[in-house]
Amino acid sequence: MTATNTHRAIDAVWRIESAKLIAGLTRIVRDVGLAEDLAQDALVAALEKWPEQGVPANPGAWLMATAKHRAIDALRRNSLLDRKHEQLGHELESKQESAVPDLHEALDDDIGDDLLRLVFMACHPVLSTDARVALTLRLLGGLTTDEIARAFLVPEATVAQRIVRAKKTLAEAKVPFEVPRGDELTARLDSVLGVIYLIFNEGYSATAGDDWLRPALCDDALRLGRILVGLMPNEPEAHGLVALMEIQSSRSRARVLPNGEPVLLLEQDRARWDQLLIRRGLTALRRAEQLGGSSGPYALQAAIAACHARARRAEDTDWERIVRLYDSLAQRTPSPVVDLNRAVAISMARGPAAGLTAVDRLLGEPKLKGYHLLPSVRGDLLAKLARLPEAAAEFERAASLTRNARERELLLERARSCAAGVRPTR
Amino acid sequence: MRVMVIVKANKDSEAGILPSEELLNAMTRYNEELVNAGVMLAGEGLQPSSKGVRVQFSGSERAVIDGPFAETKELIAGFWLFEVKSLDEAIEWVKRCPNPTGEESQIEIRPVFEPADFGENYTPEIREREKRLAEQIAARKQASTARA
Repeated sequence: MTATNTHRAIDAVWRIESAKLIAGLTRIVRDVGLAEDLAQDALVAALEKWPEQGVPANPGAWLMATAKHRAIDALRRNSLLDRKHEQLGHELESKQESAVPDLHEALDDDIGDDLLRLVFMACHPVLSTDARVALTLRLLGGLTTDEIARAFLVPEATVAQRIVRAKKTLAEAKVPFEVPRGDELTARLDSVLGVIYLIFNEGYSATAGDDWLRPALCDDALRLGRILVGLMPNEPEAHGLVALMEIQSSRSRARVLPNGEPVLLLEQDRARWDQLLIRRGLTALRRAEQLGGSSGPYALQAAIAACHARARRAEDTDWERIVRLYDSLAQRTPSPVVDLNRAVAISMARGPAAGLTAVDRLLGEPKLKGYHLLPSVRGDLLAKLARLPEAAAEFERAASLTRNARERELLLERARSCAAGVRPTR
Repeated sequence: MRVMVIVKANKDSEAGILPSEELLNAMTRYNEELVNAGVMLAGEGLQPSSKGVRVQFSGSERAVIDGPFAETKELIAGFWLFEVKSLDEAIEWVKRCPNPTGEESQIEIRPVFEPADFGENYTPEIREREKRLAEQIAARKQASTARA
């Protein structure tokens, strides 16, 4: 094996092992920052030794054993105790005697539990959303700071600083390394699911072109979601989130034309949807429902996505069912944006007049003030109803509200054609 | 990236001899590991080629040939689909697979084509569909501006 090959193999091993390694080490040293440093040290040792000695038969165990030794050294070395405040330092020192012989067992069982504890720690509400995202990708996704920076289009230094600060915040807040229980679990799980879905959306909202790395972010989020359902197989909303991401991912090939032009859902070539991901999504959704989670917000969104996935042609879409699902979603997580989507579904199911009635109920909604999609949807429905001057005014208003140049152009075009008395073709 | 991991057949798999309980358990554990790591998208074991057929194409002719087929080592006994970050990661995972026969055996890893791999060279059918779609979208835009 050449040195380059060995380095590539080490990268791959790191990607597979780093989260487990950091999780197991955090359990011992109770400091995620220190745990990551120890894991990194083990990686450096591998980079030194493996090119000469070859990649060990069980690389994960090798890294773990090496890191374990360093952990013990770290626990013994006073200098490292400076990282902690005095009291905790003493605690560790007194623990060390009993801790050393138990390390093997401590590390070997419940790796899954440790991973889950790490997930909850990285997504702890004491951290800002940005910090949660960065830390989750770094500690659980095995991404480098540089990869995270490129994915989120921010300077690497910003991400590095975010991660350093996040670890400090966790240490200062003495966030325990544990899976929350009872009522706390629900709220904390929301944060975990929210972080994963945010990562997914960051990738999913990117179109083609220069941003080739961002679709990879969808894959990272999906992988985190799939890992999470393995760790929490009885949490319906975890399955719901995975279902939603699998089904949305199934369309990624059909969402953009080679020239970069985005293709709307109803215009997509459904033959290009990934049937394997659709099947996996539908299975995950079924699992969420079997676990009694059909009214969870992610399960409901997945169920809406599933209505599209099941329709062979756009005109086969079961819009009445989508309206009902939006009803449930609006009940569960009231939001004017959900109401607006519901209004669109109503217009598809029952015609533009019914849709307009639903949209008009949202006109006084303060949260939608300045939201360009409200006048845009309203303009579309008015145009379909041949109320063209009103439609033109709405499109113009929508154009003045959007920040996206391409979209603004499109809206102004529609405003012009309505003003000229042209009824929409669809 | 998505890869297909192909387990090659051997004498036993072709003879329909089922794996030992020990191997089955090891494989089950391995599969669990793959699923828990979020890597495995799909995977199946295949019946011996004696239960399969081949459809032979020759111009417009189609002939059905019953199994079993010779060249055992070139046959497939099972496959997985993995979603991984790199081919190296797939290699790392495959190295961890229990030896599928316990003897000399081979597992092949083949990257699946991604849309980006095609570049401009889509299949003519896909290119045609996309051209039509692009035209439809352009036509709609033009209709709204031209008449404006």
